[in-house]
Amino acid sequence: MPALIAAFFVTIALAIVSLFVGVSDVSLTSLLSGGMDGRPGEVLLISRIPRTIALVLAGASMAISGLVMQMIVRNRFVEPGTTGTSESATLGFLTVTLLAPGWPLMAKMAVAALFALGGTALFLRVLRAIPLRDVLLVPLVGIMLGGIIGALGAFIAYRANLMGSLLAWNMGDFSGVIRGRYELLWFGLAGCVLAYIAADRFTVAGMGKDFTTNLGLNYRHVMFLGLLIVSVVSAVVLVSVGSIPFLGLIVPNLVSMLIGDNMRRTVPWVAIGGAGMVLACDIVGRIIRYPYEIPISVVMGVVGAVLFLYLLLRTPRGAK
Amino acid sequence: MSTAAMSTNPLARLSRPAWVLIILSVLAVASVVLFMTLGAKGSWSFILPFRGKKLLGLVLVAYAVAVSTVLFQTVTNNRILTPSIMGFDALYVLIKTSIVFFLGVGALTSISSELQFIFSLVAMVTFSGLLFRWLFLGEERSLHLLVLVGIIFGTLFRSFANLMQRMMDPGAFNVLQDTLFASFSTTDPALLGISCVIVGVVSVVGFRMMHVYDVLNLGRAHAINLGVDYKRTIAIILVLVSILVSVSTALVGPVTFFGLLVVTLAHSLIGNSLHRFVLPASVLLGIIALVGGQTLLERVFAFDTALSIIIEFLGGVVFIALVLRRSAR
Repeated sequence: MPALIAAFFVTIALAIVSLFVGVSDVSLTSLLSGGMDGRPGEVLLISRIPRTIALVLAGASMAISGLVMQMIVRNRFVEPGTTGTSESATLGFLTVTLLAPGWPLMAKMAVAALFALGGTALFLRVLRAIPLRDVLLVPLVGIMLGGIIGALGAFIAYRANLMGSLLAWNMGDFSGVIRGRYELLWFGLAGCVLAYIAADRFTVAGMGKDFTTNLGLNYRHVMFLGLLIVSVVSAVVLVSVGSIPFLGLIVPNLVSMLIGDNMRRTVPWVAIGGAGMVLACDIVGRIIRYPYEIPISVVMGVVGAVLFLYLLLRTPRGAK
Repeated sequence: MSTAAMSTNPLARLSRPAWVLIILSVLAVASVVLFMTLGAKGSWSFILPFRGKKLLGLVLVAYAVAVSTVLFQTVTNNRILTPSIMGFDALYVLIKTSIVFFLGVGALTSISSELQFIFSLVAMVTFSGLLFRWLFLGEERSLHLLVLVGIIFGTLFRSFANLMQRMMDPGAFNVLQDTLFASFSTTDPALLGISCVIVGVVSVVGFRMMHVYDVLNLGRAHAINLGVDYKRTIAIILVLVSILVSVSTALVGPVTFFGLLVVTLAHSLIGNSLHRFVLPASVLLGIIALVGGQTLLERVFAFDTALSIIIEFLGGVVFIALVLRRSAR
């Protein structure tokens, strides 16, 4: 527990740093001298605070959705990015942008979530066709399925002259977050809370269908709840800031290395870890090429790929 | 059908692979002719060199990708891994980006494009050799692990290149963009000459080793038993593969699944894995897919760069099918 509190404070510290990093000068002294009505106060209220909240919400909910996914697929190496979920959400968003451009963002998000649900269900269906499930085959098939769905999206976007938008959606970036443009992310928080409440069910569902049914739980309901959380979170994050690679994979795995697999215990860790990692990567992206910004998905791509490779190449020695 | 009729007909004595090669050659020639002539308006003295350069680029790429994929699969003894799935072409992009990032844009503008190309080739051969040695020649690893590691390495190289591209100043980025931004419809003409020479040299070296490839297909232990200097042979083949990947990436940019698509199709058409059939069949299929596909998209459907998207889509489907079939056994 003390470790958890320490991690919590580290994340809080990162969030405070995030408030004061940027081109426009916002510091305690400038805030005190100008008050909340001056320019620093305005920047803080309209841009910095929303951005920091968005980072925390997106980080925590993406990490949690990765954890839920890993529980219900019973595989360590899955997350929305390696199961075709993110690509399906993008395809859904693209479709609704093309067919019904006038719909409110909320409705578009719902369509993206529906597509994400469908794509993930398709992934699970393909998985059932594999009799011998190799741990590494599952993410491999997911990545390829994501590639196929992505190519489908690219084909449509190419014909409709929307390649630019597609590129922007695939590139997670918090620089556009201002007040009024991130509030959908609160749905992600709802997903986290739901995951925490249902944590024990997911732990049980992770032990298999027969075991779950034996304990008197409806396996299909638990699976559906899990898929729903993952799909809604993916869609919300995609629509608000664009997709963030590797996050849902890295954080739960690191947490599991540290404190094990009991989901009731790991949920707060994963949420705090996800928020912390996203905050750190975004701050790095903001200062590494100051005064310009580097999108978080680029930073996360490098950090995440290195950590993923470490996880992959580390396992054989332990497992064999 | 009577046996008398068959023995008098010389064509009937041809084996299945020979038939496949003949039909593929006819189709390849047909796509080349269509590419050069279809929808041609204006003087031929302009059209022939203009389309000829494009054609040469496409054929070179088809050849380089097909041969490098077949050889890579021979070396790694599998039918799923390809150089581009292992992230080799992303590595090329990363090397090119690093040159601009660390040496400055002056390095790109002051040195001739041939010299640059050779410089990136050397870097590419060195790094891919190291990567390969580490992944394949060490402890035994499962195929799925290798594929996954390869894909993630590809992502890492791409992200790294992306990061450096965003950290350099916009002017340098524009210059780099010009050298990296290539696709099937805009092959880089400046590199055609040197690419031809390089591919020619690689082919001569590769052809002289033709007898070894089928032996390598038997697996490492058998190959060593039959007198192949295993490590040296593998090292040479890998250098050839790295060079071919560099050539194709320099000409058209990364294409993840093209090699897999062509070689898988070649294997299933030919019906055996003898290199004297599979190699030419893969090259011919590559030419048909690229030149024919480009003709179809440009002249018939009137939209061009989407060929890479279609290849990516089909390649992904073939890949999943291959993996599923393998694990179903």
